[in-house]
Amino acid sequence: MGLFNRLFGSQRPTSREVAKSRLQLVLVHDRVDLSPQKMQTLKDELISTISKYVEIDVEGMQVNLTQNGRQCRLTADIPILSARPKR
Amino acid sequence: MGATVITITSGKGGVGKTTATANLSAALAMKGKRVVAIDADIGLRNLDVVMGLENRIVYDLVNVVEGACRMRQALIKDKRIENLYMIPAAQSRDKSAIRPQDMIDVCDQLRPEFDFILIDSPAGIEQGFRNAIAPADRICIITTPEVSAVRDADRVVGLIEAEGKGPASLILNRLRPQMVHRGDMLDTADVLDVLAIELLGIVPEDEDIIVSTNRGIPVVMENKSRAGQAFCNIAARLLGEDVPLMDLEEKPSSSWLSKIAGLVRRG
Ligand SMILES: Nc1ncnc2c1ncn2[C@@H]1O[C@H](COP(=O)(O)OP(=O)(O)OP(=O)(O)O)[C@@H](O)[C@H]1O
Ligand SMILES: [Mg+2]
Repeated sequence: MGLFNRLFGSQRPTSREVAKSRLQLVLVHDRVDLSPQKMQTLKDELISTISKYVEIDVEGMQVNLTQNGRQCRLTADIPILSARPKR
Repeated sequence: MGATVITITSGKGGVGKTTATANLSAALAMKGKRVVAIDADIGLRNLDVVMGLENRIVYDLVNVVEGACRMRQALIKDKRIENLYMIPAAQSRDKSAIRPQDMIDVCDQLRPEFDFILIDSPAGIEQGFRNAIAPADRICIITTPEVSAVRDADRVVGLIEAEGKGPASLILNRLRPQMVHRGDMLDTADVLDVLAIELLGIVPEDEDIIVSTNRGIPVVMENKSRAGQAFCNIAARLLGEDVPLMDLEEKPSSSWLSKIAGLVRRG
């Protein structure tokens, strides 16, 4: 399958590649005990907290678990639209 | 100082813990070390049949722990190799018959007499696993290159680190180079990438394992099969020898080989 794909330029990833990316995703959640559902809740709470101070671009927001070796990291990249006018 | 205690564990069942324990024990004994293999899989005794010593069992590990016999009486001597012994698990009991401290005590009693004590852990992360890792000086995690096995191995890596028993090292079992080559199996680099632990060795999928298990003769004793060679190499690495990883490919692919060559220098 891998060789065939390479020869004929098919875009379908090999089962080996799929296995690796699925593993990486499931392990990062296993390691910090954060399910994708809990991540969504965390993201929602981040939005509501940060929105109290600044107006953010919710569509462009990225919240990810990443890892370097066995060290996990929560990264949030949150584009700010404008400062909230002070009351 | 006495023996080094090495526990072979995995998380997922059926990935090769017992096979590895039997073969590494035999390989270390063949290299002149005094070795005892302990079956810590209480209730699911198997190391005896894999080593071909099932007909000689009188006493077991639980008997020793409960004081029903002396240690000496439970030690079964392998007549084929000098200095190789085995302590069987109890078959009609369960994991709760033994506590982690019992395993520590048993090993402390054996340490002066041996160079290596290898412990065959049960699958899972419950009490049987806790018992098996309690006395360990070093822990080998064995996995196959499959998503579920690697995931469970990762869980065990985390638990071992949390217990302060790390870092564990990895044995990758049942690798099929042909499948890796055509993109249908995780390869060594992939598994090391996600688990981020040290590689102790790679054992290929090999029919000779099944044949030798049928006969009750660990594959390292019998022939120069690829799996047997792989286990001998791992035993040598446990002794601190710098042995390069075997070339598992039938038709070597340079990219795969160079990746492995890189790993040798790391592991
Ligand atoms: N490298 C290999 N090539 C082919 N077959 C293998 C290999 N390693 C193990 N096996 C086979 O896989 C099966 C499971 O092996 P084994 O009993 O050693 O696993 P285990 O991890 O001890 O299992 P359990 O969790 O039940 O204790 C056995 O039938 C064994 O012969
Ligand atoms: Mg077993």
